Amino acid sequence: MSSLLHLNDQTRRHFFGQCGVGIGVIALNELFTRDSIAKHTPAINPAQPMAARTPPLPGKAKNVIFLSMAGAPSQLELFEYKPKLNELSGKAPPKSLLEGKRFAFLKGNETLLGSTRKFGRYGKCGMHLSEMFPHHRKIADEVTWLRGMTTDVFNHGPAKLFMNTGFQAPGRPSMGSWVTYGLGSESQDLPGFVVLQSGPRGPRAGNSLWASGFLPTSFQGVPFRSSGDPILYLKSPDGFTRERERTFYDTVSKLNHIRMRKTGDPEILTRLNAYEMAYRMQSSAPELMDTSKESDKTLDLYGAKRGEPSFANNCLLARRLVERGTRFVQLYHTNWDSHGGPGETLNKDFEKVCKDADQASAALILDLKERGLLDETLVVWGGEFGRTPMGEIRKTIGRDHHIDAFTMWMAGAGVKKGYIHGETDELGFGVIDGKVHVHDLHATILHLLGFDHEQLTYRFQGRDFRLTDVHGKIVREILT
Amino acid sequence: MMFRPLLITLALLAGLPAAEPLVSFNRDIRPILANRCLQCHGPDEKKRKSDLRLDTREGALADLGGYAAIVPGNPDASELLKRIITRDPEELMPPGKSKKPRLTKSEALLFKQWISQGAEYQGHWAFEPLSNQQPPKDEHPVDHFIRKKLTEKSLSPAPQADRYTLIRRLYLDLIGLLPSPEQISAFLNDQSLQAYENLVDSLLDNPHYGERWGRHWLDQARYADSNGYSIDSERQMWPYRDWVINALNQDMPFDRFTIEQIAGDLLPDATRSQIAATAFHRNTLINQEGGSDPEQFRVEATMDRVNTTGAVWLGLTIGCAQCHTHKFDPITQREYYQMFAFFNNAEDRNNTGPTISIGENELIHKPAERAKTSPSIAKPDWIPADYTSHRTASGATLTRLDDNSLLSDNTVGPNDSYHVTTTTPLSVVSALRLRVIPHESLPRGGPGRAKNGNFVLSDIKLLIDGKEQDLAHAAADHSQPDYSVEHAIDNNPQSGWAINGAGPDTKMNAPHEATFSLERPVKVKGKKIEVRLSHERNLNYQIGRFALDFSAIAPAANSSPPATGKTKPVNLMVMRERKSPRETFLLTRGDFTRPDREKGKVFPGSIAAIAPPLEKVGETGNRLDLARWLVNPANPLTPRVTVNRVWMRYFGRGLVETEEDFGTRGSLPSHPGLLDYLAKRFIRDGWSMKNLHRLIVTSATYRQSSTIRKDLADKDPRNLLLARQSRFRLDAEIIRDAALSASGMLEPRIGGRGIRPPQPAGIYAFTQSRKGWSTSKGSERYRRAMYIVFFRSSPYPLFGTFDAPDFQTTCTSRARSNTPLQALAIANDVAFMELARGLALRVINEVPGDAAAQREARISRAVMLALGRPPGMDELETLLNYAQSMVKDFNKDGAAAKSLLQGSLPTNGTSLPEAASLVAVARTIFNTDNFITRE
Repeated sequence: MSSLLHLNDQTRRHFFGQCGVGIGVIALNELFTRDSIAKHTPAINPAQPMAARTPPLPGKAKNVIFLSMAGAPSQLELFEYKPKLNELSGKAPPKSLLEGKRFAFLKGNETLLGSTRKFGRYGKCGMHLSEMFPHHRKIADEVTWLRGMTTDVFNHGPAKLFMNTGFQAPGRPSMGSWVTYGLGSESQDLPGFVVLQSGPRGPRAGNSLWASGFLPTSFQGVPFRSSGDPILYLKSPDGFTRERERTFYDTVSKLNHIRMRKTGDPEILTRLNAYEMAYRMQSSAPELMDTSKESDKTLDLYGAKRGEPSFANNCLLARRLVERGTRFVQLYHTNWDSHGGPGETLNKDFEKVCKDADQASAALILDLKERGLLDETLVVWGGEFGRTPMGEIRKTIGRDHHIDAFTMWMAGAGVKKGYIHGETDELGFGVIDGKVHVHDLHATILHLLGFDHEQLTYRFQGRDFRLTDVHGKIVREILT
Repeated sequence: MMFRPLLITLALLAGLPAAEPLVSFNRDIRPILANRCLQCHGPDEKKRKSDLRLDTREGALADLGGYAAIVPGNPDASELLKRIITRDPEELMPPGKSKKPRLTKSEALLFKQWISQGAEYQGHWAFEPLSNQQPPKDEHPVDHFIRKKLTEKSLSPAPQADRYTLIRRLYLDLIGLLPSPEQISAFLNDQSLQAYENLVDSLLDNPHYGERWGRHWLDQARYADSNGYSIDSERQMWPYRDWVINALNQDMPFDRFTIEQIAGDLLPDATRSQIAATAFHRNTLINQEGGSDPEQFRVEATMDRVNTTGAVWLGLTIGCAQCHTHKFDPITQREYYQMFAFFNNAEDRNNTGPTISIGENELIHKPAERAKTSPSIAKPDWIPADYTSHRTASGATLTRLDDNSLLSDNTVGPNDSYHVTTTTPLSVVSALRLRVIPHESLPRGGPGRAKNGNFVLSDIKLLIDGKEQDLAHAAADHSQPDYSVEHAIDNNPQSGWAINGAGPDTKMNAPHEATFSLERPVKVKGKKIEVRLSHERNLNYQIGRFALDFSAIAPAANSSPPATGKTKPVNLMVMRERKSPRETFLLTRGDFTRPDREKGKVFPGSIAAIAPPLEKVGETGNRLDLARWLVNPANPLTPRVTVNRVWMRYFGRGLVETEEDFGTRGSLPSHPGLLDYLAKRFIRDGWSMKNLHRLIVTSATYRQSSTIRKDLADKDPRNLLLARQSRFRLDAEIIRDAALSASGMLEPRIGGRGIRPPQPAGIYAFTQSRKGWSTSKGSERYRRAMYIVFFRSSPYPLFGTFDAPDFQTTCTSRARSNTPLQALAIANDVAFMELARGLALRVINEVPGDAAAQREARISRAVMLALGRPPGMDELETLLNYAQSMVKDFNKDGAAAKSLLQGSLPTNGTSLPEAASLVAVARTIFNTDNFITRE
C-alpha cells in the first residue's frame, strides 16, 4: 500500500472513530481512495463529502457567484470606447492584424465596424460604459474591470467548456466542482454547487459545463429549474404529505440501521446522511425559491417580479443561495450571440439582452454589499469570448466571435474596487497591456478562495489534473 | 541550477539499522522516482534539467564531470543521495520550487540500501512479459494466490456467503437482473454438488449476460445516441450496441473482438457484421455548431481514438504524449503520432463519413429470449397460393411440381428475377410465406442455384392489383450470418437473405422458410396478386425451388419488435480508409494548426517499450496491424489490463488498483502472480471471456461473505488482500433493471432501437436545443435501462444521478457516489413509483387471501422479490408497523390511497387503503441501501 492510500485510510478511520456508530472497522468508499499526494488535497469525510473544509491558505472569498453571459457579449458595445474604430468604420482592417488569425464565420473581406452606442466615463476610476449599461454606472467603483481577457477557442461549446473547466473538450471537472471539492459547502440543506438558467435557451454544451468530470459526482452542479420542482424529483409522490414522508424516511432509516448492524458497512451511514439531507432539501429548496418575503424595495432593486422566472430573479436567488451557505452559484443567461442574424441583431435583440442583464447584475453587487456579503463573496461576470471589431454581414451587420480581447469584471472578496486592469489597442483587436488569460482567471479565483492552483489537484489516469492544466498566473495587480 | 557535487557526508543517515532487506526497484524505488524526480529528470528531453536522466540506469550512472548521480555499491559517492538528504535548501532535491515534498528518512534509506545493493534497475513490471505461474492442481487457482497472501499475513478467508446472497450476487454480476423467488428456492433446494457451478453456467448462457457485460464494454467505447458538443443531435449507433451484446453472448474470443472493432473493415472479405464492429471508433463526438472548422474536430476525434485505444487496451494515458514526450512513461511524442497515423487516414471528417445500412435485428444472430407470447394470439393458417402464371424476367421456365412448388432450370439467366401471379381463396392477406425446398436437380440438392446450393434473395415484393405493398416485418427459421432475412425487404439490391452458414449446427442444403408480414391486413378478394423475387446481389445465386403461401393472420413477432412499425434499416457510422493517405506530422503542443514539418513525416508504428514491434512498419501499416499488435500474445498489457478490469467488476477494485494506469505512476498489483496467471490463462483459453468469468466466480474468494470483519480493521482495512467480498452500490442502469425485475414488469427484449421512458418536463431547459422525446408506449418503456436513448448534453436523469459517465470520452470504471439527489430520485421519480406500485400489485396477486391476514406474507414476498431473501424479524416488524400505520392513515384519507394506486385496481378483493399501504412498503424497500447494493 502506498503511503498516500494509507493516509486516506487513517483519515477515514479517524472519522469513523469519531462518528460514534460503533463500528471499528472501515469499508472504504471507493471514491476517495485515490486522491493525489499534493499538499492541498482536501481531506474529505466520506460520509459527508460536502462538509465545509478550511482552505490550505488564507482565502478572502468564501463563495463564488459566476454570471455567465452565454453567447458572448460585445465588449465594443458595452465597455470598450474606440473612437479610432468608429473613424475607420467601413474600412478594411490592417492586414497585419489578421495574419494567422482564425474566426468562426468571417470570410476575410469584412470591414471594421464602429459602435453606434454612446459612451461616458463613470466612477472615480473613470471606466467607459455605454448607454446600454446605465445601472453598471452605480458599480463602476465597486468592481475590477478586466479589459484584457483572452481565450483560446472560438466556438461556443468548446469556449464555454474552456471557461468552465480549463479545457475545450468535455470531460473535465467544472470550476464549481473543483471549488466544492476543495471547500465543501457551508450549507447542509442545499446543494453546494447550484446552476441557474434564464433567457430563450439553455447554454451550449449543456450539463458538461457543470459536470464533475473525473471528480466524485457529489461535486457536480445541481441545476435549479425556474418552473416546476426547482430540483428534479424534489416533490414527493402524490398522496405523501410531509408527515407521511417523515414516517417514510424514518422507516427507511430504521431498515438501513438494521442492515448496517448486520453488515458492518459504514457506507450505509453515508446513505443515511444523504436521505436526511434529501428530506431537508424538500423544504429548504422551495423556501429558497420563494421570494415572497423579500421586500418590494429589494425586488425593485433587481427589477424582478414575484413568481416570474428571469435573470433578475436568478440574481436574487443567487444572493439567497450564498446567504444560506451554498458555495458556488453559476447563472447562465442567453442570448448574447450578436452575429446580426434574426434574433441576434446588434440593435434590437442586443438592447433586450442588455436590459435583461444590466440592472440585475449591478443590483446583485449592491445588495450583497448592503448585507455585508460582498466581503466574502466573489462575483464574476462575463462571456466565453468577445466579439470582433470587424462587422459580420448577415441579415443585419453583427460581430463574429473574438478570442484575442474581451472584457469581464470581478467584484467582492479580495478584489480591488474601482480598478481598471488591461487595455486593448485602438481598434480593440488585441490586448496591449494587462492581458488576462482564462487560465489566469482560474488561478486568481482559486487563490482568492485559499488555494494554490498548482496544488489543488486530483490524480486520474496516472496524472495529477488541475483546473489550470499546466498554465495559469495569479493576476496579483487586481488583489487588495 | 548546475548539478554540482555536494560535499557533505552521509552521516545524516547513520544510526539507521544495518540489516538490509533486499530493496526492489519496482516496488520501492520506481514510485519515488516517478513521483518526485522524473518530471525534470525523466524521458522528456525538453523538460530535462542539468542533462540528468534518472529513468534509465545509463542516465543515472552517467559521468557528470567527475562524479555521478548514482555510483552502484557506493552510496557515499552517489550525488543523488547527498542531494535528497541535504539541509541546504539551495541544494535540496526535489527543489522547493517544484512544490514536491522532500523525501522522508525512510525513503532516503531505501535509496541508500538500493545503491549499496548495486542500484539495479528493473523494467517496469507491466511491460515485462507475463510470468509463468503454476498453481497446484488440487486447489482453485484464484484461491491459491489469494490464500497464499492471507496466510503470510496470518489471516483467514471469510466464510462463504449464504445461498441467498450468492444467487443475488451472481444474478446482478452476470446478467444484471434479480432472481425470482422460484429461482432462489430452486437454488436453495438444489442438493447437487454442482449446484453453484450449474447456476453459473446457466447465467453465462443467458442472453442477458451480453447486455450486462456489453454495458461495461460500451462505457469504454464511449457509446451514446447523440453527437455531443452543443447541438448534440440524435444519431443511430445502436446497431453497434447490438453487435457488442451479440459478440459477448457468442463468446467471441477477445482477440477477434478487438480486431473486428479496431479494423473489421480491413479484414479480407470483411462481412457486414465486421464492418459494423468498427463503429467502435465512430463513437467520437461531432461538433455541428456553425462556423466550426471540420479539420479541427477531425483531429480531435483522431486523438480521441488514439487515447481511447491506449486507455482501453493498454491501460495507459498515452494522451500525455500528444504535446510532449511522456514525463513518466516511456512513450515519446513521436510514438504518439505513430499511433495517431494509424487513425489519421480515416475517411470521416467531423460530421461526414462512411456508413453501412443495418437492419434492426441484423446483428443479433441468436434470437433473443422470446417475448412472452400470450397463448391467446392466433397462429397463422397458411393457405397455398394458386399460381396463375410463373416466369422469370429473362423468359426462363419455372415448372410447377405436384406439391405446389416451383422449380427453375438451367435456362435461368444471371441476376434473373422471378415473377409469380396468383390468387388465393382468402379474402384478406396479412402475411406471405416463402418456402425454399431442396431438389435433386439443383447443385448439391439446392434449394438454391449457387454451386454450393445456396442463394441470395436480394428483395421480395408483393403487389396487389399492381400496387406494391409495405412488407413491415420479416422472419426466417434460419438466416446466414450477415444475410438476415430483413435484407429481403430493405430495398437494397446489395443485401439479401441466404441460408448457408458456417456454424456446426447449421444443416446445409435443407428446407427453410421465411415469412413476411404486412403492416395491416389487405383485402384481396378478386384482386390480382403478384410476388417478385429478385437476385441482384450475386450473379448466379438464384433460388432453385420454392413455394408461396398466404395467411389471413400474421405470425407473432418473434425477432421483430412489437408495435414499433416498420423497422427501417439505419445508417451506422463505420470506419473506412481514404484512398490517398493523409500525411502525419508531429503537432506542436497538439495544435492541429501547427504541424511540425521540420521533424519529418510520421508513419504508423507502435510503442516500443510495450511489445515487439509491428510486423509491418513504415508507410504501409494500417489499423489491422495495430489491432493485431494489441492482441499479439507477446503484448503483455492487453491481457493484463483486460483481466484486471473483469476482476474489478467482481470485487470493486482491480488487482491493479489504478485500472486506468498501468504506467510507472500507477499502483503495483496486489497479487502479481494471480494477475499474470489470469492473463496467461485468458490467452491459453482462446481469449474466452466466459471462461474467465467462470474461473473467477467459481472461486471461494468470490463466494466469500462481504460482511465487514472487525479483525481486519488493522491488518487490512482496505480489503486489498480479499479476506472478504466487497459490498457496493449497483450501477445506474442496474438500479432501474432491479426495480423492473422485482415488479415483474420487465420487458426482456434484447437489442434494437432505443427507448424513451417518461421523464419530467423541463429536462432540456439547460441545453441549447430540445431533444426529441416522445415517450415510448406499451411494454417498450419497461425495457432495460441500457436501451434508454442517451443524449450526451442532457442524459435521462437517472444516469447522471447515479454516476453513469456522459460518454464524452472513454470511461474504464465508474465512480460510485452516494448523494441526496439519489435519494430524491428513488423516492420520488414517478418511474420508481410506478414500479413500486407494480411490486405491490404483484404481491397482492401472488399471495391471495384476506389483506390484513396476509399482510405479513405479502411483505415477506415483496422483500424476497426485491432483496432476494426473507426479511429478518426486526425488518419485518419495522415494515409491518409501517404498513399498519399507513392502512390506518389511508382509511381516513381515501384520496391519498387513490393517488398511490393511480387508477390500478388490486386483485383478491384487497381494499384501496390496504393496497396503498403495500405501495408505500414497496417504495420503502426500493429506498433501502440493501436494494441498490450488491452484497
